[in-house]
Amino acid sequence: MKKELGITMLLIVLCGTTAMLNHRFLGAANLQNMARLIGMYGIFSIGLGLVIITGGIDLSVGSVFALQGVVLAILLREWHWHWVIAVLASLAGVMALGLFHGLMVARVRMQPFIVTLCGLLFYRGLARYIAHDETKGFGTGGFGMLRELATGNLGPLPMPFVVLIVVAIVAYVVLHRSVYGRHLYAVGRNEEAARYSGIDSRRVILSAYVLSMLLTGVSGVLIAFYTNSISPANHGSFYELYGIAAAVLGGCSLRGGEGSILGIVIGTALLQVLQNLVNLLGIESSLNFAVMGAVIFFGVLVDQALRARRAQKT
Amino acid sequence: MPASLLELKNITKRFPGVLALDDVSLSVGHGEVVALIGENGAGKSTLMNILGGVHQADAGEILFDGERVVIRSVADALSLGIGFIHQELHVLDNLDVAGNVFLGREPFWGGRLRLIDRRRMARESEVYLKRSGLAIPPQTPLQDLSPAQRQMVEIAKALSQNARLIIMDEPTSSLTLSETERLLATVCDLSEHGVSVIYISHRLGEIESCADRVVALRDGRNAGELSAGEVSHQKMVSLMIGRKLEDLYVHGKGPQPTPYFQVEGLRTQYRPRHRISFDVARGEILGFAGLVGAGRSEMAQAVFGVNAPLAGTVRLEDRPLAIHSPRDAIAAGVFLVPEDRRHTGLITEMTVRENITLAGLRRCATWLLVRPDRETEIARRQVEALRIKTPGIETQAMNLSGGNQQKVVLAKWLSLEPKVIIFDEPTRGIDVGAKAEIYRLMRDLADRGVAVIMISSDMEEVIGVSDRIAVMHEGEIAGFLKRDQFSEQAIMDLAVGSKAA
Repeated sequence: MKKELGITMLLIVLCGTTAMLNHRFLGAANLQNMARLIGMYGIFSIGLGLVIITGGIDLSVGSVFALQGVVLAILLREWHWHWVIAVLASLAGVMALGLFHGLMVARVRMQPFIVTLCGLLFYRGLARYIAHDETKGFGTGGFGMLRELATGNLGPLPMPFVVLIVVAIVAYVVLHRSVYGRHLYAVGRNEEAARYSGIDSRRVILSAYVLSMLLTGVSGVLIAFYTNSISPANHGSFYELYGIAAAVLGGCSLRGGEGSILGIVIGTALLQVLQNLVNLLGIESSLNFAVMGAVIFFGVLVDQALRARRAQKT
Repeated sequence: MPASLLELKNITKRFPGVLALDDVSLSVGHGEVVALIGENGAGKSTLMNILGGVHQADAGEILFDGERVVIRSVADALSLGIGFIHQELHVLDNLDVAGNVFLGREPFWGGRLRLIDRRRMARESEVYLKRSGLAIPPQTPLQDLSPAQRQMVEIAKALSQNARLIIMDEPTSSLTLSETERLLATVCDLSEHGVSVIYISHRLGEIESCADRVVALRDGRNAGELSAGEVSHQKMVSLMIGRKLEDLYVHGKGPQPTPYFQVEGLRTQYRPRHRISFDVARGEILGFAGLVGAGRSEMAQAVFGVNAPLAGTVRLEDRPLAIHSPRDAIAAGVFLVPEDRRHTGLITEMTVRENITLAGLRRCATWLLVRPDRETEIARRQVEALRIKTPGIETQAMNLSGGNQQKVVLAKWLSLEPKVIIFDEPTRGIDVGAKAEIYRLMRDLADRGVAVIMISSDMEEVIGVSDRIAVMHEGEIAGFLKRDQFSEQAIMDLAVGSKAA
């Protein structure tokens, strides 16, 4: 918890300021909408965090959203598959991509940045080709249960937020309490030493990419139904960067071996509050990215300074 | 000309909580080789860091060439003519030799374009290479050089900066015997040319052969000096530890008669054409001697599954083992304490607890979830049993001394059930006191029925510790020596390939 203290304070300060400047911030509708977004972004950010902890990266997330969205729309609307089968098939497909990335990184020893950069380009192109560059939609009705699961509420809580809480709890136990989690950190810190201690580092890395893509796939379904229409040229674009930013804000090091689930979730929340702040305070929306860039920059800078101080004390 | 080149007078340095140096004095004459000895933590590094401008002394003064000087940075030290050669080499292996010698001071031409004058660089570095005893063309890429040759490049670099005093910190820790001899010859040559040397080493044999004077530090104070005539192993050890070290080497119950761990026809990826066969009994310590590059570490890595062997059988208690990865080896009870403890032995950023339980974490887990109580208990027990000096089990391994880091690596294996343990250079860079403890632990293991293999380039250590010695030469075992055949000469003969009759 100590490590997340800095970013938690930043989150509280931001929430406080926004709430004071605009009373709508604390309105039920606004909070609900924010929770929905935090849910959707948080799930894939946790996945990305796992990969970053092994010392890797996955840049293909946004393009995977586009490809998965287009395929899902085709399966449901044009091929009329049952939604359960369609969703499972899309998840399996996305995990297969993760398996491919993992194999290239862990076995062939390609650099993760390059493997997933190629993925970013390739999947986006494929999505546009499959959809003939036309927007695919899910229409206004139908797919009863699925639509309810993806966009509905559980009591006052939006479904994606509920899913995030479940995912976060499971991920927390896996990462911070299980043997596998310890191995993930060990491989991220020092793959060679991990191997000398009998850890199958290749399998650990491979599994991180697959798990990450599983979570990306879950997010992908939620996001597809949230937007309800997929325009293959820009659906999900830049989302990987939100995920990376959330992980880094939450204390992950791009060198690997560092980071926590709580941190990633708080990092995601911070980004969404920022987004909300830009909207609510009537800041010119063209400045959107600039505000985010600046806050991430200073957040990480301050965090680093705090860590250095803490390291000196001990 | 003043009598001594360097004089450190009454240096005191206090760090928060510790008095690192207490009224320490040291003088070095022109062309004199002074060996600085002491256990880890005795203050050698602090003293040298003050000389190098890394730290400032709280009290005392530094006289260089008779003048009082203030050294605030490494650059200050260099401009005075003090060069450093660290244990870890600071050379870049993507450059050639000349590029390394002139790194940061490249001669250039072409005015503002500042193009590197390669020809001049090569010509000038040749002079310094010759003086440092390295007969290779300056255009040789650094990656083609052995560790010893790289060290010579560092010396050439120091000379090119007009160093009048060169400080060598554990320069031979990764060198073979013959390379060490060449380095020592270079040291003598330097001193004949009027360059003074401060030589820091844990290997007392080297010091005996090259030092004009020995200065010992203990607990941050001057512990005494020995002149060239008085230097002996015994005297140095007693100055360092303040008492006599009774038995550095302990002998155990001796090996059991039947073979226990057998390796037959092992072919490594490193030298696919050579085969290695040997066996170790329970209770036996089999030493592996030989020159660096003879294939000893590669043998260990093949047996442990890091680089799976191309061929050969490995048997334990007459059952063949299929080892394709360290995981397989560990499951069979065959462990390796690797040579490079900071990169392969430990995850230095992780805590002592996490390092100790890393290989056997499943044992502390129920349903794959780690039970913190069990884990803590295992780590505590090992820290106590091995007497690991650490503030606590939650301390990061990087904050421990070399000897204690090595004990953590060992603790990792002792928390499982070892049947065979391979030690690769187990005491490199570790001080005398900690060495004795590691030897004792190895002997304890053997007496408990473990088969122990120890790879070492320290001749004294191999002879002192082993029950039997296998000497390797160019990828093969040139011969085995029994206890009554042990001698440096016999080992050297086999190691260089002149097969003794």
